[in-house]
Amino acid sequence: MTAGSSRPTLAPPTSRPVLKVERLAVAYGDFQVLWDVSLEVRQGEIVALLGPNGAGKSTLLNSVSGLIGPRSGRIEFDGRRIDGLKAHARVALGLAHVLERRRLFPRLTVRQNLLLGAYHAAAKPHRAESLARVEALFPRLRERRNQAAHTLSGGEQQMVAIARGLMARPRLLLVDEPTLGLAPRVVTDILDVLRRINGEQGVTLLFIEQNLDLALSVADRAYILESGHLLLGGTADEVRASAEVRRVFLGL
Amino acid sequence: MDTGVDHPGRQARDGVAGTSSLLEVRDVTKRFGGLVANQAISFDVAPGEIVGVIGPNGAGKSTLFDVVTGFYRPDVGDIRFAGETLTGLRPDQINRRGIGRTFQKLRPFNGMTVRENVTVGALLRTASVSAARGEADRCLALVGLSDKARAFARELSTGQRKRLEMARAMATRPRLLMLDEVTGGVDQRSIPDLVALIGRLRDEGVTLIVIEHNMRVIMSVATRIIALHLGEKIADGPPTEVVRDRRLVEAYLGASYL
Repeated sequence: MTAGSSRPTLAPPTSRPVLKVERLAVAYGDFQVLWDVSLEVRQGEIVALLGPNGAGKSTLLNSVSGLIGPRSGRIEFDGRRIDGLKAHARVALGLAHVLERRRLFPRLTVRQNLLLGAYHAAAKPHRAESLARVEALFPRLRERRNQAAHTLSGGEQQMVAIARGLMARPRLLLVDEPTLGLAPRVVTDILDVLRRINGEQGVTLLFIEQNLDLALSVADRAYILESGHLLLGGTADEVRASAEVRRVFLGL
Repeated sequence: MDTGVDHPGRQARDGVAGTSSLLEVRDVTKRFGGLVANQAISFDVAPGEIVGVIGPNGAGKSTLFDVVTGFYRPDVGDIRFAGETLTGLRPDQINRRGIGRTFQKLRPFNGMTVRENVTVGALLRTASVSAARGEADRCLALVGLSDKARAFARELSTGQRKRLEMARAMATRPRLLMLDEVTGGVDQRSIPDLVALIGRLRDEGVTLIVIEHNMRVIMSVATRIIALHLGEKIADGPPTEVVRDRRLVEAYLGASYL
């Protein structure tokens, strides 16, 4: 994997924040997962969320998309406070979430899965156009459109999950560990897809990845969570150069 | 507790003390459809070790626990405990042979008191309720929960429920205890106490296998680390060597960190 191949940054550092998370605390009962986490994602960026298992990465995405309510803190999308909104209302505003482990409807066909991504009122009228767009992005999903989702390979299923997220016509797409359990060659394909979604479709991305090199080969910036606390955030180069990384990931 | 492991003390000629292993995992493969969760995994655990199991999400750690404790049957391979095969045995039969475990998702009996929860564990070893209660009280003292004995399990905090699970497992008098995620979701301030508790369990004569994501915790408690990645064992050895292992660094950070 080429580590130093950071792409030319599309987003100037001054572009406005699409997502702003401020002092977020999240708990499941007394099982607290996030403490005082603040971060932002700017228009056009690809931002990686990094950290060991159990650091709170998925919980952070789940609270941004509205699957879990925060205990305290605030979340803004496009300058508007959204932490009190239901998940479906956030989708309608332009925020879609591709869940960990893909969560496809296994017995439905690829195309049926995709169409369900365009369920909300703002996306439904554009279904045909959205479908043409994602099938152009993922030609293989067009070839396999009538196959039941569970018959696809892991990498293809991940593509369906991402494409289904795009069917909602989001401006910000949250992607939870798209490379989970995939072979290295397929991982490369998936990361390529993320670059294209951002570069060709102009979608801002916040994604989770466990492998640091892979994440930083795609991301403009990254944040590292450790045991529910935000440890550091910075450009891909700054994160790569941080001495904290070995301590967090390897205990050194 | 019987801590003397009944190995005959015969040293294998090549220096590998094969007969002194408490647990032997041989070529274990477990698939779920097309997903290979464990791929030809082999390792031995000797009495008195604290083995840490690490690996990225989806590496196959919990599946390995489930295979060893009989929740899943391996597709291929054999697991032996104290020289006897476990393959095909039910979880309760494996527990009775001396392997206890806790779960990543805590599963206390919420409507029972803390003491009753642990007594249930002790009843695996004795038919006498009063003896089981005595054993429960001993285990609660061991994990530092004596003052909560009369509380209902549902009233406990996450950290306390983790201790309860450990007490309940200890009450089954295991020779090998498998702990799945000791510090997950626990306030950072309670982590040192949980680390100390793992040491106390070892001092009780119990051999431990621990899944843990907090690398500082695992480095401080484990005498040995096994690393899994994409279902395969990629490293196995002393903690300071394993975290410098080429395949491990690649899996966690990537080749540029070598």
